[in-house]
Amino acid sequence: MNALEVAGLAVSYGPTEALRGIDLAVAEGETVCLLGANGAGKTTTLRALSGQVRARAGRIRFAGAEIGGMRPHRIAARGLVQVPEGRQVFAALTVAENLALGAWTLRDAAEADRRRRQVLARFPRLAERLRQPAGSLSGGEQQMLAIGRALMAGPKLLLLDEPSMGLAPLMVEEIFAVIAELRQEGVTLLLVEQNASAALEIADRAYVLENGRITLAGPAWQVARDPSVAAAYLGG
Amino acid sequence: MLAQQLVNGLLLGATYALFALGFTLTFGVLRVINLTYGFYFTAGAFIAWYLTRGGTGLALALPAAAIGSGIIAVILDALLLTRLRRARADELASLMVTLGAVLALYAAMTALLGPDIRRLPQSVLGSGALVLGPVRVTQAQLLILGAVTVLAGGLVWLVRFSRLGLGIRAVAENPDAAGLMGIDAARIAVLVSFLSGALAGAGGVLIGLAFNAIQPYMGEQMMLRGFVVVILGGLGDIFGAMLAGLLLGVVEVLTAAYLASGFKEAVAFALLVLVLWTRPAGLFGRPPPRRA
Ligand SMILES: Nc1ncnc2c1ncn2[C@@H]1O[C@H](COP(=O)(O)OP(=O)(O)OP(=O)(O)O)[C@@H](O)[C@H]1O
Ligand SMILES: [Mg+2]
Repeated sequence: MNALEVAGLAVSYGPTEALRGIDLAVAEGETVCLLGANGAGKTTTLRALSGQVRARAGRIRFAGAEIGGMRPHRIAARGLVQVPEGRQVFAALTVAENLALGAWTLRDAAEADRRRRQVLARFPRLAERLRQPAGSLSGGEQQMLAIGRALMAGPKLLLLDEPSMGLAPLMVEEIFAVIAELRQEGVTLLLVEQNASAALEIADRAYVLENGRITLAGPAWQVARDPSVAAAYLGG
Repeated sequence: MLAQQLVNGLLLGATYALFALGFTLTFGVLRVINLTYGFYFTAGAFIAWYLTRGGTGLALALPAAAIGSGIIAVILDALLLTRLRRARADELASLMVTLGAVLALYAAMTALLGPDIRRLPQSVLGSGALVLGPVRVTQAQLLILGAVTVLAGGLVWLVRFSRLGLGIRAVAENPDAAGLMGIDAARIAVLVSFLSGALAGAGGVLIGLAFNAIQPYMGEQMMLRGFVVVILGGLGDIFGAMLAGLLLGVVEVLTAAYLASGFKEAVAFALLVLVLWTRPAGLFGRPPPRRA
């Protein structure tokens, strides 16, 4: 069963065509990564899935329903949850408040509490900083908070936009370990990354996006061996 | 004498604070400079005047005026600003649109109702007073004190301590990310418009009580003070607005008492310029809220 099915998705910003009709699918429980150079259209893809930009053409099916044209808060409430590029934690709010916002659509207080304990067990560093403003955290801690906040929503599909961007190597490793853990637990993941080697190691399948078009798709090990990918994204 | 002036100043300042709270709330959350805000103040005063003239007591007229102004704010906001927000127009665009709209509204109101000053019935104002040593607090002033305390306290509670307030603060900081949390930013915007309109409307009733003079352009005179208070307090800063409101009230009353009544605006604006020179982020020094 596919959690997500995208067909012919096209997005323009005024005269700029950012996506020129892409097809993409993520099966339930699968980890898919989306690779591409700067400006290829990776963020635009995720923003279109979350309803943050309007598609010019194409269809988006999520969990059996058409979600194209829905507003972002409705899509999030359905369980399609995004950890946006640049983390976008609420800097002026505390860590605890950021986590509470992640569970905004959840009306069951006991369940919210259970998820919160899970997130804090996963990220003990956040537990020590619950009363601090999120803006005072380090970049890596903010990324943990952004992921923790998304997990509070109990995602059916988790979109991650360059979670390792701008982090120290040790922290990058830690973030990828968390992603591997989530995959183990069966969370359905769509991962956008510049760190292609690490992403291809974790993912089941991969897509390569160039200039708003999918130019390559397949099992991650196969994509990793593609000479063009090796040259462009794997530094050799 | 000084004690009496201080009390008068603080009570006047309390209404400035109430008015500025709503203005700073809309700016802080919706990021628009909405000049129609002054009109909600006028609207509140007129609704209360109309109702009390018909025999309604202030206990009913004040909330009715607040709710009525809140609804007017929601409607005007939808008509004037929704399109601008959707197009992500800059703050200058909202300034121009709302300036045009508010001037048209004042002019239309003056044409319809006449420019003369209206007065609330004596029964509403009351004649009693509380005498504490050298200080005399009128019934109207007590009412102002009570209303401002309840409304400002309620707003602070809502924004800082309630679940809805958490959503409001999230939208204020980053509406895009708030949408990803499942928050309906458009609904929060409507709520914030209503709340700010209601605060302005209540402020209009209270100033009507304090000076017992109600006329269409009263909102415009108030808007200037609103600007001073909001900028002194730091744009978008709720506590800053409250303190700056009280300060402005005291400064105005003391200027009128010890210098000359005609100087109070001059002193208020000189204060504004002085503060902006020395503390561009507002009197209380906090940097403006970060926008991601
Ligand atoms: N708001 C916008 N307005 C106009 N053009 C935009 C906007 N956002 C993105 N673009 C353009 O759309 C194209 C795709 O951008 P997008 O952000 O999706 O790329 P990306 O693959 O995420 O890149 P990066 O790796 O740098 O994050 C780029 O050419 C970009 O300049
Ligand atoms: Mg990007």
